[in-house]
Amino acid sequence: MKKLLTLVLALVLCMSIVTVAHADGIKVGIINLDPAESGYREANVNDLYSVFTADNGYDAKFVTAPTADKQLEAANTFITEGVDYILVSAAETTGWDETLEAAKDAGIGVFLFDRMIECDPELYTAAVVSDMRNEGVTAVAWLESLGLEEYNVLHIQGQLGSAAQIGRSEPLQEKCEADEKWTMVREGTGGDSWDPNEARKIAEAAINAGEKFNIVYAENDGMAQGVVAALDANGITHGVEGDVIVMGFDCNKWALRELLAGNWNYDGQCSPFQAALIDEMIKTLEAGGEIEGLNEAKQIINDEKGFDARTITEEDIATYGLGE
Amino acid sequence: MSMIKRVRKSGGLGQLLIPLVAMGILLLFNLFRDPGFYAIGVAVNNSGNRVLTGNIISIIDSASELAIIAMGMTLVTAACGGQDISVGAVGTIAGSIFVKALKGFSSINLGTVLLALLACCLVTVLFKLFNGTLVSVFRIQPMIATLILFSCGRSIAYWIVGSATPQIDSPIISAMGMTIPGIPIPTPIFGVILVGALLALIFRFTTLRLYTESVGVNEGAARLNGINPILIKLLSFVILGLCVAVAGVIGTCRMGQVSHKTLLIDIEMDAILAVAIGGNSLGGGRFKISGSILGAYIIQMLTTTLLAMRVDPVNIKAYKAVVIIIIVMAGSPVVKNRLTTLWNRRRSGGLHAASGRG
Repeated sequence: MKKLLTLVLALVLCMSIVTVAHADGIKVGIINLDPAESGYREANVNDLYSVFTADNGYDAKFVTAPTADKQLEAANTFITEGVDYILVSAAETTGWDETLEAAKDAGIGVFLFDRMIECDPELYTAAVVSDMRNEGVTAVAWLESLGLEEYNVLHIQGQLGSAAQIGRSEPLQEKCEADEKWTMVREGTGGDSWDPNEARKIAEAAINAGEKFNIVYAENDGMAQGVVAALDANGITHGVEGDVIVMGFDCNKWALRELLAGNWNYDGQCSPFQAALIDEMIKTLEAGGEIEGLNEAKQIINDEKGFDARTITEEDIATYGLGE
Repeated sequence: MSMIKRVRKSGGLGQLLIPLVAMGILLLFNLFRDPGFYAIGVAVNNSGNRVLTGNIISIIDSASELAIIAMGMTLVTAACGGQDISVGAVGTIAGSIFVKALKGFSSINLGTVLLALLACCLVTVLFKLFNGTLVSVFRIQPMIATLILFSCGRSIAYWIVGSATPQIDSPIISAMGMTIPGIPIPTPIFGVILVGALLALIFRFTTLRLYTESVGVNEGAARLNGINPILIKLLSFVILGLCVAVAGVIGTCRMGQVSHKTLLIDIEMDAILAVAIGGNSLGGGRFKISGSILGAYIIQMLTTTLLAMRVDPVNIKAYKAVVIIIIVMAGSPVVKNRLTTLWNRRRSGGLHAASGRG
């Protein structure tokens, strides 16, 4: 027992030394999701790593946790350690009130990035998020700008209930209902995942049933890839010179290369780059300034583009592409 | 004595009755619903090869990974009386190793693909031996032992390659995942045939089946008869590992990429289901691999049927669950015994009527 106590004491001592050694710089605790989740998340995590460095004046601690309870645990640890700021991309939208109140009481600034939390906006300093609905609106507007005679859409939805799926689906569904030139030939989904293979099976079922579509609206790059595999196997041409227009989202580098090669037509961006904006806001606060440009929900909406295969360049891929 | 009898009963062709009937009903259902469901066409794919198309081809093709994993799962189930739930995660590791190895070589040709395949088989077998050791040596319940890799396997796969959706592109890869030029049948189907034939040969020329079944039925008795249960269990995991490696590579080649979160997703549950639908006892003992293969095709046929029926995508899994509950219940011992009693009573009652057939 005595031995154990000494050990624990020694450990505590060591840890406090470590903390002291890193004490210079603005202390931030960053809570993110698992980078293995997707190319998007990987880019997001790496973006934060590259901005919140010691050279940039930060003493940053990073936690990547896939579940809400582990994230909350990390947040509470950060509060106890007394960081200056906490940055969160939450696994779940609810259940944060208590922790955020504790942070507020401790005078810790909280920034939400990528994902919103359902709570009183008073509980966080600012949020940098994507407007998924706007991504859908941009994509549908691009499609409309093509001026096709008819729009027969194979719609591959992502993980049901996710913000990305809802935001990217609605504008298309509304358009198909409102405009008689637009027909929803078939809607499919990965169910509880973004499985490309599931997308392939849905496309294959549509082809086997003799359904005629000239547009594939897939809600992420992987699912677009899955549909393309089915098109290729059945000898249906696609892309700039082909019969079927292929659309994806997320702007992975490999997907943008498909655009550049003319195999796909469109890729909608979902920007994972929020670190620079947050960095700027923290620096403003530290200098005694105030953050400007927030909307009612204290959000800053990421600027997001859509890429067209006919105009995309190598430079775009290098700048906006995710992953390798 | 009674135990042996019970065990014997669950084997034999009678075991295949329920899955065969289920498959028959599905086939008939589709025939009445839309005979066009069975249309098989010939198309020229975008690589310029002639290929067969149609729902039947889709079903047989899409079920390949599941059928291969179900074969291995049957063996593990028979020997250990439990299931390996880490097959999807380890299959993703297999895909990652395959891609990592190919990226390490300067070019992708037949030789390097074979080497990559070898590396991926080796690593996958090692992972499965880890599971196997926990199960056989440490006697941990299979589901708990394999829970470890189930929960961390996909992260390991990510660490191996170090990027979220690594891509590989080569004519050989698309030949492996789709069709070989000059052969109109999707390549994954040959994967199933290959694995199935190898297992059939092993069972034909070795005592593996007998040993596996005896370990599954009564481990103590098997040991007294000079069989090493640990070795047999480990062997079943090695075979499952090879199956998983093949399935992982097929899944990877299909898409030309490894997506760690979704490759072979939920396949562990479908594989266990295939084993159960095939009439195999999940408690181990006698087994029929053909039953599990049939189970795999039934599951895929169900999905394809629902897709062809344009069931609302939100509800598709619920419908699938209902049908599967019916199939599994029809194969349950209670219903089976009821039906057998009913059948026997009818037969003894109507003996004269029965003697008239032929």
